[in-house]
Amino acid sequence: MSTTLLLVQGLNGLQLGILLFLIAAGLTLVFGVMDFINLAHGVQYMVGAYFAAFFAAQTGSFWAALLLALPAALLFGLLLEFLVFRHLYDRDHLAQVLATFGVILVLNQGVKLVFGAAPLQVPTPELLTGGIRVMEGLLYPVYRLAIIVGGLATAGLLWWLVERTKVGMLVRAGATNAPMVAALGVDIRRLFMIVFGFGAMLAGFAGVLAAPILSVEPGMGDNLLILAFVVIVIGGIGSIRGAFIAALLVGIVETLGRSMMPDLMRLFLSASEARQVGAALSSMLIYIAMAAILAFRPAGLFPVRAS
Amino acid sequence: MFSRIRSELPALLLLGALAVAPFAGFGEGYLLTLMARAMILAMAAVALSLLVGGAGLVSMGHAAMMGFGAYAVVILDDARIVEAHIVLPAAILAAAGFALATGAVAVRTSGVHFIMITLAFGQMAYFTATSLAGYGGDDGYTLYARTQVAGGRLLESRLGFHYACLGALAATWLFCRMLLASRFGRVLRAVKGNPMRAQALGFSPYPYRLTAYVIAGAIGGAAGFLFANAAEFVAPAYISWQRSGELLFMVILGGLSGLHGALLGALGFVLLEEWLSHQWEHWRIIFGVLLILAVLWMPGGLSGLPAQIAKAARRG
Repeated sequence: MSTTLLLVQGLNGLQLGILLFLIAAGLTLVFGVMDFINLAHGVQYMVGAYFAAFFAAQTGSFWAALLLALPAALLFGLLLEFLVFRHLYDRDHLAQVLATFGVILVLNQGVKLVFGAAPLQVPTPELLTGGIRVMEGLLYPVYRLAIIVGGLATAGLLWWLVERTKVGMLVRAGATNAPMVAALGVDIRRLFMIVFGFGAMLAGFAGVLAAPILSVEPGMGDNLLILAFVVIVIGGIGSIRGAFIAALLVGIVETLGRSMMPDLMRLFLSASEARQVGAALSSMLIYIAMAAILAFRPAGLFPVRAS
Repeated sequence: MFSRIRSELPALLLLGALAVAPFAGFGEGYLLTLMARAMILAMAAVALSLLVGGAGLVSMGHAAMMGFGAYAVVILDDARIVEAHIVLPAAILAAAGFALATGAVAVRTSGVHFIMITLAFGQMAYFTATSLAGYGGDDGYTLYARTQVAGGRLLESRLGFHYACLGALAATWLFCRMLLASRFGRVLRAVKGNPMRAQALGFSPYPYRLTAYVIAGAIGGAAGFLFANAAEFVAPAYISWQRSGELLFMVILGGLSGLHGALLGALGFVLLEEWLSHQWEHWRIIFGVLLILAVLWMPGGLSGLPAQIAKAARRG
């Protein structure tokens, strides 16, 4: 394992972490403020990617698709909130899990009905094609670097919104003690709608960013949803800062584990065994890390909820 | 006494109907396959119902327990070990062991945390299964033969398999029923109702909940053993978290008022799935909508439906 490869995998991990953060941020706020478990958050990411593919095909421009997909993802999120989620706030977690699971079934099959089962491709924008020489002998795609930069900028914006604005203050207060905020005269339902719509848009944004490098296909959000859950559990429910740190951690551990574990295993095992054991171990790695963190800090790294 | 029998009546009727079904016009191979699938899923659902209804532990990783049982069959089959007295205990122990290891962490938490952690551990099992290249990886593994019972090919016969599944389901139901009625079950429900008060009475919730989790896992492993034998094929797709969601749906579809809800829910689920999938290529859309509507408008599930209708009629 050379330094170059390590750097490339590190950057890939960072990029996965950024995408995870964009998904986990909305999820953790919705959890935090309303104690609402939304399994359908992963399909918001998928829907964002499909919007990008659709608008890119219509307009022929990635930038136009980005500009159109964001409000579309927002509206779609608000529509779902109006149709389904609104009726679940007062129900127990079990009902929320099942109803949002139903939403996943409908939407995963729905995009198949509308766009077909074959994966769609979104071309990389002209401006961001090609590679940059990060160091001697290492050419890294510009678009992937742009994802990292764009994601970090969004994280900064989110930090400013949550920490420095009035709505952000209410969101933080809601995450700490929602009934108290409601008792102080804040319309917590409307606050939740804002948080929800914004979270859906962030997940959609992640979908748009991922569309040119991954294939856009039904069910693409399902696996990322689970990783986003791991991120929130590690980071602490309701904490944006926790979600950010945990997302980068999970992204890097997951990516480096996949590339390094088989090599590491070769120190102890034969080549074919090392490949199999390494692959199995690397897929368990982040879950073992999660279990280890929870064993010491059951409420995650940055707990928010007052208890 | 009478009321006690009456509360068990729905389950006994369902099990009785399954017992006579092969001789009452449902003896075709295709129908027997469908019923075997329903009974095996019902077994896992009853165990899950014990967790959800009895202990308040909403597990989103129950399919992984079935997966451990099924993969135990696969690994032993690959080593040409097919005797039931070895394979079945191995399947149960594998699933119980996984439940113990993951439950030790998961059961410390509750509510949303518990749901997410069981989901994550279930997904860990799924990805591990996909990386087992020696056992087919993503594509799955076809068994050389069904498991043998005492050297005989009892499970090869369709009727033999039907009654093996029915026996396992009945035993599972009876065991979970007795467990819930026992002192252990009462402590579980006390912990579910009010953990603080149960602790004040001197019961530490942790060992009780962990034991329930391991028992449900062991039953899931046995169901996985049968599932592998039913299809003679095992693939990671059977363990994915969507399967766990479906198991949870069965429990809720039937209703949480008793274990018979899980039986009813699993049968209803399999029939609905089978019927819908023949109607429309994109049947999952209807299925999903029905799931959402069931959660929103049918809080008591199918078993609570008569009471719900009666209540609405009184009001109306």
